[in-house]
Amino acid sequence: MERRYLKNMKMLSEDDILKLKGSKVSVVGCGGLGGYVIEMLARIGVGKITAIDGDVFDETNLNRQLFSHTDNLGKSKAESAKTRINLVNPLVEIEAFQEKITSENGNTLLKNHHVIVDAVDNIATRLLLQQIAAELNIPLVHGAIAGWYGQVTTIFPEDQTLNQLYPKKINKGIESELGNPSFTPALVAAIEVAETVKILLQKKDLLRRKVLKIDLLSQEYIIIDLI
Amino acid sequence: MKVKVRLFATLREGRSRESELEVPEATTVLDIINALNIPEEEVALLLINGRDGKLTSTLTEGDTVSLFPPVGGG
Repeated sequence: MERRYLKNMKMLSEDDILKLKGSKVSVVGCGGLGGYVIEMLARIGVGKITAIDGDVFDETNLNRQLFSHTDNLGKSKAESAKTRINLVNPLVEIEAFQEKITSENGNTLLKNHHVIVDAVDNIATRLLLQQIAAELNIPLVHGAIAGWYGQVTTIFPEDQTLNQLYPKKINKGIESELGNPSFTPALVAAIEVAETVKILLQKKDLLRRKVLKIDLLSQEYIIIDLI
Repeated sequence: MKVKVRLFATLREGRSRESELEVPEATTVLDIINALNIPEEEVALLLINGRDGKLTSTLTEGDTVSLFPPVGGG
């Protein structure tokens, strides 16, 4: 066992750590949520990570997007994730794609992963991700944020939970008015990573057919059953 | 009949978190959000007694309606 994973134990067994090393996770979106998700997946030792984001960093990302800094403005978010992870944990094989997920490239980019993490910033792409993940028979961990608020759910191919969370044909939620601070993405990303690790290690209990709604203004955390 | 309404996140701005409304029989969730002056597109998840409901669902005496706005950022 590498010394870098010593503090993962006893919470994880040596078998668990080996299983994580043999796992491949795709993170769609390398911004607010995605930056923290990729960092945490790499530090816990998920062996293969695919980072996907068509965007480049700009100054308005600096308040919250972990991989953005004053020297990489204008640079690819996905490539910046790769640069960072190579420094943090060279044992991780990270592939970067500077592409937006579409119905054309989705299957090719997302196939052959154990879990897909939804860290995108709009509802239409989330619904597309849900469809592609179902077609590929891959679990999808969903997280979304808006100001003080966030939500997380874990979606297996037959669940289609996002249809309940986004019943309207709108593309943006209340984040378009509220913006996003530094702490909400970090928290929601942490919960997404916990769900991802539990799927990979087949641990209970997942937020499956349930949504965790987070309100950091009132400090309310509610799990709602979605049956 | 009386129904209870619980609002979450930004829907609380300028409104009570929790209120009890006196409404006619066969009132729908849509009637409730109209009465509270909440635009339809500001409601994403809606629960009736903790279970997923629809805008067109008809309420009965003592129901609790919970309304959440859409959260979609990343």
